Amino acid sequence: MADLRCTIAGIRSPNPFWLASAPPTDKQYNVERAFRAGWGGVVWKTLGIDPPVVNVSSRYGAVDYNGTRIAGLNNIELITDRPLEVNLREIKDVKRKWPDRAVVVSLMVPCNEDDWKFILPLVEDTGCDGVELNFGCPHGMSERGMGAAVGQVPEYVEMVTRWVKQHSRMPCLVKLTPNITDVRQPARAAKRGGADGVSLINTINSIVSVDLDIMAPTPTVDGKGTHGGYCGPAVKPIALNMVAEIARDPATHGLPMSGIGGISTWRDAAEYIALGCGSVQVCTAAMHYGFRIVEDMIDGLNNWMDAKGYRTIEDFRGMAVGNVTDWNQLNMAYDIKARIDQDKCIKCGLCHIACEDTSHQAIRYHTDGAEMRKFEVVDEDCVGCNLCMLACPVPDCITMERVDDGRTYLNWTQHPNNPMRKEPAA
Amino acid sequence: MTHTGDITPGRLPADQLAAGFADAHPPLDAKNAVIEASRCYYCYDAPCIKACPTGIDIPSFIRKISTGNLKGSAHDILSANIMGGMCARVCPTEILCEDKCVRNAEGHKPVEIGALQRYATDALFASGTQLFERAAPTGRRVAVVGGGPAGLSAAHRLAMLGHEVTVFEARDKLGGLNEYGIAAYKTVDDFAQKEVDYLLAIGGITVQTGMVLGRDITLTALRRQFDAVFLGLGLAGVNALGAEGEDLPGVRNAVDFIAELRQAPDLSALPVGRRVVVIGGGNTAVDAAVQSKKLGAEDVTLVYRRGPAQMSATWVEQEFAQVNGVTVKHWLAPTRVLAEGGTVSGVEFAYTAADASGRLVETGETRVIPCDVVLKAIGQTFLPAAIQEGGIEVLELEKGRIKVDETRRTSLPGVWAGGDCVAGGQDLTVAGVEDGKRAAIAIDAWLRAAVAADAGSLAPAPLPA
Repeated sequence: MADLRCTIAGIRSPNPFWLASAPPTDKQYNVERAFRAGWGGVVWKTLGIDPPVVNVSSRYGAVDYNGTRIAGLNNIELITDRPLEVNLREIKDVKRKWPDRAVVVSLMVPCNEDDWKFILPLVEDTGCDGVELNFGCPHGMSERGMGAAVGQVPEYVEMVTRWVKQHSRMPCLVKLTPNITDVRQPARAAKRGGADGVSLINTINSIVSVDLDIMAPTPTVDGKGTHGGYCGPAVKPIALNMVAEIARDPATHGLPMSGIGGISTWRDAAEYIALGCGSVQVCTAAMHYGFRIVEDMIDGLNNWMDAKGYRTIEDFRGMAVGNVTDWNQLNMAYDIKARIDQDKCIKCGLCHIACEDTSHQAIRYHTDGAEMRKFEVVDEDCVGCNLCMLACPVPDCITMERVDDGRTYLNWTQHPNNPMRKEPAA
Repeated sequence: MTHTGDITPGRLPADQLAAGFADAHPPLDAKNAVIEASRCYYCYDAPCIKACPTGIDIPSFIRKISTGNLKGSAHDILSANIMGGMCARVCPTEILCEDKCVRNAEGHKPVEIGALQRYATDALFASGTQLFERAAPTGRRVAVVGGGPAGLSAAHRLAMLGHEVTVFEARDKLGGLNEYGIAAYKTVDDFAQKEVDYLLAIGGITVQTGMVLGRDITLTALRRQFDAVFLGLGLAGVNALGAEGEDLPGVRNAVDFIAELRQAPDLSALPVGRRVVVIGGGNTAVDAAVQSKKLGAEDVTLVYRRGPAQMSATWVEQEFAQVNGVTVKHWLAPTRVLAEGGTVSGVEFAYTAADASGRLVETGETRVIPCDVVLKAIGQTFLPAAIQEGGIEVLELEKGRIKVDETRRTSLPGVWAGGDCVAGGQDLTVAGVEDGKRAAIAIDAWLRAAVAADAGSLAPAPLPA
């Protein structure tokens, strides 16, 4: 039985599964239900300065894929719409009742020092474990100069983070927006400002669909829509890349990270941890299925760690970071070819048509004789792109076999075709 | 106590009757249609297409369901098979398209192609959209004899190509077996007639019912009056048991029972035996047996002289009979129909077996299955009387049916034929539709060809380009 306890930026929790700052963490009622289900921590839905914001009706939109619901979710909900005092009182009560769980409070107030000086002591008084600065919310609040409007300007990130560290003793996570060209810039700024860690990603600017009857984006509020924040399984690849970028940036390497973005299973979580995250935050999957999904997340991660011989989260945290590299470091002598297992092949022809129409014409289709409807790889034409393997609906029917000798290594910086190549030292 | 002669209507209350004759395979709803459509791998050069006698582009119509392009989906189906709605209900997909679905090779259930085809075509009919337009009028007239699947398919395609069509139908309604020969629960809500209405709505098709070839009209006269003729005559005859007692009251042809049931305005008024024996191994036998059960027969026994593998009803049909309470018995051949008090009391069967060469032999043992009604479903035959004039067949036959080439052209110039009446067919609705389609295309080409030089030919002068 592995030990799932985690510590990130000085914040301890019995497991790395936190609920992200979002509707599921807006109230004591929800949060206590989550803790009873087994969640290791929560980031309380973002608090602001009273009077509370007002939310609209019709808040979520989703991308369904082939009958599967919520492959991606977007929302136009703002920060908590309950009075500050109510939230603070509930946070305090929750923390008192659940001392072993991580209770982090998300904050978003205008970009002036006085507002931060006002709210930080109130939050600290709840006994919570830390704060997360919401510099990521891409809709609504950004129009008012908060959320992503701050996160997109590294100087503001640094400035506000510094205020927070000056005016409180609480661990401080800075939540980053993905709506930016280079996520390393705000991450570096957060670190310069004294952040104890970063959380990423916040949601992505999105229009989830257009209603072609009323000609308006969804979710639609009385005939109009606005861009929302996109999350859920569809965004995980984008988030993983940003996590890896920060993990391997010398300026931020080792900065504690709480990973967010489409985490639905223990496997997703393990991938984030392998790229360096100390905890992970979940929202969409819980909103889709309820809090009970954490049971398999804990159980599955435990069983996988046992099978791999990892005793603690730290045993495998960051293990994949070293294998994320620049393209110019990839081995160009590495050569693989597609191999079709004829016994497993069901003759759907998807490998052939994918290669024939869109790649390298390397899969031959026999249309007559004894080999009728047999699909065969032509090694001379196969570039080892993986497309056929990915298109093939049968697991392990098409595999990629290494055919180079494995002895030579040649990357682009050394390649004869590269006019900028570095000559090997004589 | 004996129940011999117990043949009465109204064995079941109205709600049970209604439930029994409701749609045997209810349609997919929108959500399940998309889920099922997403199971299709969209195979390249898909094997299912080749397995469809009408060559419907199955992956294409299924993909269009998944994208919500239901009109396009229905067009893919109906442009290849104008009776795609009925075929979605009655095709033995388990031995056609679904049998060739590559998912079978994975040990998965095949994609439910039939159910998806029904989903797309139902949506089209519900929308009332007419998909097809007629080409410019050619001024050519074609006679179609027989308003079943083959004849209607030919008529629709010919009308679409710009020809004027007259359909001569012996019965009161068009549709052929779709209207008279298929179990009611396979085609509920008068679907057969709705399909006929859709098909005729293209225009250019005149219908004359009550017209029997060989009685009211002759082929020679049709050839004189029309530029071309298509024969979709079906199989008007039924095989006899050739067993003693076959003419007793209580012994009927299954096809007559099914036709009567399909046309009955009130099923509760339809007499049915308490104990029914159905003899035969095809879909007609299954339809007769299951419908007898659903009318309230207490015991229904379907008896076939060979084993399950030799039955022409597919395993799906056989299972359907069994789950509906029909007892299926194999390797029994009828030898005598027994009587008591002038009516049927049972059937004596000889036990049979296949000898080393596969020939059917009787083992010498017999048994009796008591019953009040016997339904004979041992195959239908082509009655050549329709194409005899002066006692002579005016076109060539092959194995008792009309001989045709791959374009469904008969031995007689200007005459094409298709459906169950032609040799080498599969006796399936879908095959009849394909015959009609192919013949119509061939007739069109023939009518348009420049044959003026051939003065002796019946073919008309070439059409203007």
